[in-house]
Amino acid sequence: MTGYKQVPGLVEVREAFGETTLVVEREQLRAAALHLRDELGFNYLADIAGADYLGWSGEVAGSWGSAEGRDLNLPYTLGAAPAPEPKPKRFSLSYHLLALRDEPVRLRLQTWLDDGETAPSAVEIWPAADWLEREVYDLMGIVFDGHPNLVRLLTPDDWEGHPLRKDYPVGGEPVRFSEEV
Amino acid sequence: MAVKLDSAVNGPALYEGTKIPSPVPSWLQVADSRREDGNVIQVNFGPNHPSTHGVLRLVLDLDGEEVVGMRAVIGYLHTGFEKSMEQKSWWKAINYPSRIDYLASFQNEMVFVLAIEKLLGIEVPARATWVRMALAELNRIHSHLIWLGTVGLELGVQSLYFYCFEQRENVLDLFEMVTGVRVHGRYCQAGGLAEDIPPAFVDEARNFCRGLARQIGAYERLTWQNKMFQKRMNGIGIVSAEDAIRLGMSGPNLRGSGLNWDVRKREPYLFYDQVEFDVPVYESGDCNARVRVRIDEMRESLRITEQALDKIEQLAGEPWIADDRKIVLPPREELQTSMESLIHHFKLVSEGYRVPAGEVYLPIEGPRGEEGCYVVSNGGAKPWRVHFRAPSLLTIAAAPTLCQEHLIADLIAITASLDTLMGDSDR
Repeated sequence: MTGYKQVPGLVEVREAFGETTLVVEREQLRAAALHLRDELGFNYLADIAGADYLGWSGEVAGSWGSAEGRDLNLPYTLGAAPAPEPKPKRFSLSYHLLALRDEPVRLRLQTWLDDGETAPSAVEIWPAADWLEREVYDLMGIVFDGHPNLVRLLTPDDWEGHPLRKDYPVGGEPVRFSEEV
Repeated sequence: MAVKLDSAVNGPALYEGTKIPSPVPSWLQVADSRREDGNVIQVNFGPNHPSTHGVLRLVLDLDGEEVVGMRAVIGYLHTGFEKSMEQKSWWKAINYPSRIDYLASFQNEMVFVLAIEKLLGIEVPARATWVRMALAELNRIHSHLIWLGTVGLELGVQSLYFYCFEQRENVLDLFEMVTGVRVHGRYCQAGGLAEDIPPAFVDEARNFCRGLARQIGAYERLTWQNKMFQKRMNGIGIVSAEDAIRLGMSGPNLRGSGLNWDVRKREPYLFYDQVEFDVPVYESGDCNARVRVRIDEMRESLRITEQALDKIEQLAGEPWIADDRKIVLPPREELQTSMESLIHHFKLVSEGYRVPAGEVYLPIEGPRGEEGCYVVSNGGAKPWRVHFRAPSLLTIAAAPTLCQEHLIADLIAITASLDTLMGDSDR
């Protein structure tokens, strides 16, 4: 815990479910990643996961309740269930790091972005980030500055929209030839 | 790099510096001067080539038979599982992961359930954990057998295919006995198992272990002890431990480069800290090393399975699912007599259980490497976000590093030895 004090742009260190999450400012992400790799030995990038928190504590489809995030249906709470903690921005970007050594350490490096904001690319720091960042760009629409080849990875090159965003409808993908009907 | 997982990184380097292409790590580009000679032709390898294990497309630049440029194109099997899972209750979402990596279906299902359990903080009974371990190891054997059989097909050892698939049928028979279906069992449940294992399972599984143990010698005689096979595999597709780490390769591919890294040993989950097994490591970093790691791993999996079967027998009659009525279905017979059980059953099946808000990342050692599951919950009845760390995705991205200065025939051997699965990488 104390070892993370020196990380550039550090916002908070969170411990939950036995996992450590390091939240850093978006502008300092590159410096923080370099610090973690070179000073603290996080040499292995296991995964990059983006998440869209649009409508996180408000009204969403399903049984989730009112705009305050209270759910009258939640058993035994009489509608007083605590709302999930609001998130600072719309998107989170989580880098799951691993210090691959005799005493392994795992860490989640997290940063927050709004729609239209970009993140610095980590390809030069961990080459594994190449396809992982392309996947996040493809499905979540987060642009990585300085990525040498940022094109779609899983969906076709001419695909419209980013499927894992919360405002992307299920079953709403454009169907070929439908305009002719 | 201060890695010290036994010898590898500190031992003799397999090559000087790094082989990772620059500036795009997953794209081996042809130098313009070489292209101007007019000898380089571009060839589309796949997506429907029998040697690409599914729908992998490689765009190759060939100079004669030599591979001078390479780029992989994936996504032909993208099905949007992660998006679909956000629409389903936790209960129903368990159906999806086994379709992602369909050869390691049980392990994928388990990693998602383990992530749910981590968020719920629910305790799983020991008997259920041992059953999970036995099935996870049988699943690993299943995946390795299919991989070994198809490696045989690609390298002209056709008989190997039949030996492997014969045993693979036996594993599937065991899964059918336990779950009722051969591949997509949906046997893991938050809190334990969907139902108890049938009484005959332990004996049948022991029979299978004895049978396979006799067969593995034959696999070895047909592969790394076979002169023809050696010529195709020895010294081909070398990757150093340092490059493998930087590229995010994992599992057997990392151990083939001499790195003693196994999530089961270093960060034990389930009861892997209570069983005896070794981690096979080979230091040559070539295709042969990766083949030998996986064959040895089958032996180790048999050892773990047998120890787990002993424990299952010792714990006979103990519960196989947690006793928490807010998460676990009540026993079937209670529905006739208890109103409360009926209500619980109805609530669980219609709305499902709720999982506390939070995010977890849970890594396990799958047959293809580190399988991770990142789950975000907002405290509701559906997952907010599910993301799978696909080992195959990073392995395919690493292939251009391995294929440098090799012939197109070697490319077949290299992609075969890496054990990638398109369902896993494309999700």
